[in-house]
Amino acid sequence: MVARFYGLHVLNCARLSETSGKFLPLAGIALFLAVWQVGVALHPHSLVPGPLAVARAIGELAVSGLLFRYVVASLFRVTWGYLTALLLAVPCGIALGLSRRGEEAINPMLQLLRPISPLAWIPIAILWFGVGDVAAMFLIFLASFLPLTLTAMNAVHNIEGVHLAAGANFGLTSRQLVRSVIVPAILPQLIVGMRITLGIAWLVVVAAEMIAVSSGLGFLIIDARNAGNRYDLVVAGMVLIGAIGVLLDLMLRRLEKLDVVRWGWVEAR
Amino acid sequence: MRKIVLPLVTAAVLLVAWHYAVRLSGTKIFPSPVAVAKATVALAEKSLLWRYIGDSLMRVAAGYLLAVILGVPAGILLGWYPPLARAFNPLIQMMRPISPLAWMPLAVIWFGVSNLAPIFLIFLASFFPVVVAAMNGVRDVPPVFLQAGRNFGLTPRQQMTRIVFPAVLPRILVGLRIAFGVAWLVLVAAEMIAVDSGLGYLIIDARNAGKRYDLVVAGMLLIGVIGLLLDIAIRRTERFNSVRWGFKE
Amino acid sequence: MTVAIRNLTMRFGEMPVLEDISLDVRDGEFVCILGPSGCGKSTLLNIVGGFVKPSAGEVVIDEERVTGPDPRRIFVFQERGVFPWLTVEGNIGFGLFRLAEEEKRNRIAYYVQLVGLRGFEHAYPRELSGGMKQRLEVARALAVNPDVLYLDEPFGALDSITRLQMRRELLRIWQTERKTVLFVTHDIEESVQLADRVVVMSQRPAHIQRIVDIDIEHPRDLSSPRYIELRDSIFAEIGLAHQV
Repeated sequence: MVARFYGLHVLNCARLSETSGKFLPLAGIALFLAVWQVGVALHPHSLVPGPLAVARAIGELAVSGLLFRYVVASLFRVTWGYLTALLLAVPCGIALGLSRRGEEAINPMLQLLRPISPLAWIPIAILWFGVGDVAAMFLIFLASFLPLTLTAMNAVHNIEGVHLAAGANFGLTSRQLVRSVIVPAILPQLIVGMRITLGIAWLVVVAAEMIAVSSGLGFLIIDARNAGNRYDLVVAGMVLIGAIGVLLDLMLRRLEKLDVVRWGWVEAR
Repeated sequence: MRKIVLPLVTAAVLLVAWHYAVRLSGTKIFPSPVAVAKATVALAEKSLLWRYIGDSLMRVAAGYLLAVILGVPAGILLGWYPPLARAFNPLIQMMRPISPLAWMPLAVIWFGVSNLAPIFLIFLASFFPVVVAAMNGVRDVPPVFLQAGRNFGLTPRQQMTRIVFPAVLPRILVGLRIAFGVAWLVLVAAEMIAVDSGLGYLIIDARNAGKRYDLVVAGMLLIGVIGLLLDIAIRRTERFNSVRWGFKE
Repeated sequence: MTVAIRNLTMRFGEMPVLEDISLDVRDGEFVCILGPSGCGKSTLLNIVGGFVKPSAGEVVIDEERVTGPDPRRIFVFQERGVFPWLTVEGNIGFGLFRLAEEEKRNRIAYYVQLVGLRGFEHAYPRELSGGMKQRLEVARALAVNPDVLYLDEPFGALDSITRLQMRRELLRIWQTERKTVLFVTHDIEESVQLADRVVVMSQRPAHIQRIVDIDIEHPRDLSSPRYIELRDSIFAEIGLAHQV
């Protein structure tokens, strides 16, 4: 029974069938592709490629092996920059969260650094590391470190006082407290922050690759245009970037479902 | 008191450390804090700085406001009609991770090398967070409010204006703040590539034109300060009574 | 004005929740629906209020079948139903959008006074205590002058002392306005203190186990023999021993 109670979700209604659940998303995508194709057909002199041309370009990349190489290159940079940031940021964030003084001292600086686009660091990155993988990884590290630190710090602030009190009550040492109380307690918020930051890192890698390296999906886009106005490859690159970004996001959303994390999602009502 | 002294002291310590690191490493290129300060002053005097800041602000305002004006209604619609959301959500999720910079070649085709290209990129970057925030906000409106609305005999349009919109406002504000942060980041990147004024341009140009890293760092700091001030300004809106209830004290 | 509940049955999928509920509520009567948590009494009230469609049966109010919610019959949720973005005045005036400005203001002032929130007209819900928020919600409901009030465990979130005070308040307000009231609760004492009749519901699938007439005048003395007798009979009805 589908009852449109103006947004009210009543228990015994809105049991849409499985097929209609898949139908709508596909319809949306189909509509988009159709509009795109029509738009391109109406402007035959435009350089913008249609969906078919893009699909062909993706095929071309796959066959030549470039698809695999570039995707791996981009993922490689993201992984290293991001993981390094994660390993450093979580302890820093926890330390800052626990130390009132430390936070007061450093937080203003963090807030100041936060709005500085990682890409603004490009000249410095190139200065220090030259053009290449390390510069790109440095930019990704920069882009990830601050948000992850702030996430960890805020998560520590949000730990229920009663839990810390219980830990102290049971005679836990500092190290045990961190391991048995603090880390499990911040996990839900941390994972959400990790997912969002991974999204940012993915954005940055593409931008960084446009400027500082010679492989990867970002490079593909710039190179395809510069080397021969291959806009079908440009859009193919965009599609791939979008797809991988979605996959990365889904991957981390899976983590949110684990039992050690799931408790953090309180039912809103 | 401690809240002001402590950060200032830390900042001072870092500045001194920076200064000596530059001195000790003997680098000829990386600027010391003093050099950066001098460069900033020189820029301010030359009025170029104000022009650049103005251009950057103008671009971000145009792209961001457009995204808000289009994105909030779109998000509310998507949240209100679940079938619409189901149809378009996958598209949104797929377009969101595409770095606005990846759109650069297309932007240049459509808008040429002009102000419109970065504005378009900023629009793209801000649009999705705003839509998603509005959409999720509407979906999460507690049913009690809607039930009460129906009980009091509100028409669907009244439901929208008198219940959904006020209830969603805090979430939208959060989305606006996040979207602005993204817009600011993208602005700088966009200006590095497609235009010839603005803070992003300043950084790239300073390096390309003469390895003026003191200007580069000055530009970075300016970007940080202005971005922070704007973020604080947006946060201020969260204190209004009509939305304050939505934020934990 | 009568509320007639006729053969109401409710199933969620395969699970039966309410079995053949029939009840007639007289004009101006205060009826408590009493039962343990989860037995379906809230569902019953939601059906009567028009928010949920029953699997079978119907609700007829004054010859008119209930097909949906209606401003003539206002539902009072727990305090979480007040709109946090409106002041006390704003909340009370919420349903009065069809009135002229002057009349609206008068009504709001009257109900602010009636529920004892004078001085807080411009306060926001976050500045109010739980009891005050509950009173605000009652005022909002009364302001539109409904025929019937439905209250779903309205005092559940309050501490027991505040609950006692609120019951007194509710009775005072009810005696001023004499609306028909359907009040859902799991608290036996509460039902005997408030109601003209107590409808005792069984466990799920719920049916009406017994209807108890509370024939004590207000204000009710909680130590009077008749009160204790009625209360104990309901205890026994629900099968609860007298000692903890």
